[in-house]
Amino acid sequence: MIKTKTILVALTLALGLSAPALAQDHSAPHIEKQNWSFAGIFGTYDQNQLQRGFQVFREVCASCHGARLISFRNLAENGGPGFSEEQVKALAAEYEVVDPTAEGGVRAGVPADRWPSPFPSEQDARDANGGSLPPDFSVLAKARGLTDPFPFWIFNYFTGYSEGGVDYIHALLNGYHEEAPEGFDLPEGKYYNDYFPGHAIGMAPPLSDGQITYEVAEGQTEVPLTLEQYSTDVSAFMMWMAEPGLVSRKETGFKVLLFLVLFAGLMWATKRRIWAGIEH
Amino acid sequence: MATQAQHSTTRRDFLFVATGAVGAVGAAAVVWPLINQLNPDASTLALASIEFDLSAIEEGQSVTITWRGLPVFVRHRTPAEIEEAKAVPLSDLKDPQTDEERTKEGHEQWLIMVANCTHLGCVPTGESGDFDGWFCPCHGSHYDTAGRIRQGPAPKNLVVPPYEFISDTLVQIG
Amino acid sequence: MSEHSTYVPGSAAEKWLDERLPVARFAKEHLMDFPTPKNLNYWWTFGAILVMCLGVQIVTGIILAMHYTPNVAMAFDSVEHIRRNVNGGRIIQATHAVGASMFFAALYIHIFRGMFYGSYKAPREILWILGVIIFILTMATAFMGYVLPWGQMSFWGATVITNIFSAIPIVGESVLQLLRGGFAVGNPTLNRFFSLHYLLPFVIAAVVALHIWALHVPGNNNPTGVDVKSSRDTLPFHPYYTMKDLYGMVLFMIPFAWFIFFAPDILGHPDNYIQANSQVTPAHIVPEWYLLPFYTILRAIDFNVLFINSQLGGVIAMGLSMVALLVVPWLDTGRVRSGLFRPMFKWFYLLFVINFIGLTYLGAQPAEGIYTLLAKVCTAYYFIHFFVVLPVLSRIEKPLPLPTSISESVLGKAHA
Repeated sequence: MIKTKTILVALTLALGLSAPALAQDHSAPHIEKQNWSFAGIFGTYDQNQLQRGFQVFREVCASCHGARLISFRNLAENGGPGFSEEQVKALAAEYEVVDPTAEGGVRAGVPADRWPSPFPSEQDARDANGGSLPPDFSVLAKARGLTDPFPFWIFNYFTGYSEGGVDYIHALLNGYHEEAPEGFDLPEGKYYNDYFPGHAIGMAPPLSDGQITYEVAEGQTEVPLTLEQYSTDVSAFMMWMAEPGLVSRKETGFKVLLFLVLFAGLMWATKRRIWAGIEH
Repeated sequence: MATQAQHSTTRRDFLFVATGAVGAVGAAAVVWPLINQLNPDASTLALASIEFDLSAIEEGQSVTITWRGLPVFVRHRTPAEIEEAKAVPLSDLKDPQTDEERTKEGHEQWLIMVANCTHLGCVPTGESGDFDGWFCPCHGSHYDTAGRIRQGPAPKNLVVPPYEFISDTLVQIG
Repeated sequence: MSEHSTYVPGSAAEKWLDERLPVARFAKEHLMDFPTPKNLNYWWTFGAILVMCLGVQIVTGIILAMHYTPNVAMAFDSVEHIRRNVNGGRIIQATHAVGASMFFAALYIHIFRGMFYGSYKAPREILWILGVIIFILTMATAFMGYVLPWGQMSFWGATVITNIFSAIPIVGESVLQLLRGGFAVGNPTLNRFFSLHYLLPFVIAAVVALHIWALHVPGNNNPTGVDVKSSRDTLPFHPYYTMKDLYGMVLFMIPFAWFIFFAPDILGHPDNYIQANSQVTPAHIVPEWYLLPFYTILRAIDFNVLFINSQLGGVIAMGLSMVALLVVPWLDTGRVRSGLFRPMFKWFYLLFVINFIGLTYLGAQPAEGIYTLLAKVCTAYYFIHFFVVLPVLSRIEKPLPLPTSISESVLGKAHA
């Protein structure tokens, strides 16, 4: 009896907890999951990848997309791309930031400043992009997701799968077609993408093979200059922007779980000792 | 029998003490972050140290800037003011400090001080008072040209924050 | 249970205090020596686990309120500020968010435990009703808390749920405006939800105190459902149940910590990482999982019944689903409490649980095709269980023979 009930409750919980995941569109094409270095219990960011991703972001994405919750100083913080404080200071100084207290209303950036917006207002951003608003990147990697078919989404609760957003972004960047499939009515100024909901996306294919030249620092392995590589790198960077404390969170979590298991063992022994000799 | 009973008591005690100790460690590990969150956050700490360009301040001028949320006086002193400050014998001072102790060597013309009166925290007005320095209108404290307390209820000289010169015109405060 | 007191002041100071404010006596009688049936299983630890959950939510919530800004322009960013800049903020925020789900997981287990073992039956009706009130208050609190991060799901959840009140005949529109403080969900709504979200947990804590008071009058029910007959049936609460409950809490913290540290967002919805936008509705609006069963009931009524239109009908059905819980002590009138001794009830209970899971699942599905039909079937069965199955079972079911006492049942099990 106890066993059946245990299974029942486990099922209730699993079903209940996972139901929201089911709510997403089932007609979306299958998104290939990538092997991210930051997935799983021991996941950490790959510093070199984040640096490359930052380069892609800065040279390509940042001309239209903002990242208002990111400060320059974040780039030098632990668990991130690992730039030095001097590098970040120099980088920040290259940007002009709006500061009503400064002379002329703008001044050179300092590490404490937020990443400046590419457009002065939302309306300006729309006007420059054919009416579409390029979304802010700060938490975008967590604002997207993908849906696994039943029963695979249940396993996600046990594997802690939290990379749906980057998997989607990676797929999106690789999902452009030069021409829409026959019979698809693509509106003027839109592009066809396999993974974008409704397929008609306002963003032109942003990345292409050989577009960016990565600087290879000493001791770093050279990576191919391909769309696939760029999109993987920038997706990883977007994950870091959305979850800059991921590495320390998982490290702490590992310690906490170890502690809890040990403590639960001790509590179990203590409880048993106290109950020893009691019929119950 | 007796030894066995004693033996099991010791083992039981050990288990209870171990469980209690581990539990206490866990509780402390939970409580600390709950307190530590009250400390200044990363965005506040990022502004704990600022750089300030002095080149725009003419001799005899002063500006008030903000550092860690506090007003800070940056005064470009005239040679006369410096001389006046240096001429004061330490015995005349309530809070004895030489002018050299309140400025950086080679940059004596720059006086950088937190602009809160050491009495109860009002902002004193500049180039006033009986000692040509600052005068606090709230309760009548007079400071000299080195920001030292000379008369009135304030107990201490105006506070000099930690700062250093990165170059002749660039100073890092904090 | 504890008519004769076990407390004897140990010193003059204790005696002095005891004559003025008998807190030590109270603690000794109700926290230490309280006679508790010796056969409670681990399902009974969820009461203590829920107290812990409430404590965790209150402590982390007070901390979050120190850093949060309840303003439509700043709320979203201030939550991100907590995650990014506040010391330990990501963990504290995740604990609060995951904590809501864990709270409801424990709450549902606690409720279903009570339903299986007949813990609502006389003389524990008030205890049960207070529990249902706590459940409703907790749902209200959780709903308002979910609005505070001001993401897309926050905004549209608030819009949809407050719209429920517009179903009230004649005064609906006025009530709606009164609740929102405007013609649509906006800054006044966010501000009042923040205020109430802060207030309600303390109200819940007060009702919890009453709940425990009502528990300590008749004492605990137990897996056999047989009343305590003598002191041989019970154990003092401390150290037996303090340790057992603590052990249950530590075990409960393991999945709790798993979600906080390794998948803090998996229980939420990605759309809530998009700032609220009154111009764009997300493709699917889904409440948090713990509200889904009742959301399904709300949506299931998509037809008019006589003069009641479908919107009002849905609201009435949802209200009735709560009323069913409140009045269940008078629907299930059989004298045997525990499902263990009710051969037919056992199966209907199982069916009810599966049906409830079905309601949860359907709440997350788009309201189209087969789902709308299934939602109607499950909703109907929910009410059939309460208003038909339980009263009928009470009359026709022949319960198994009960053990004469708890200690006898315990001995029987030990020897089997």
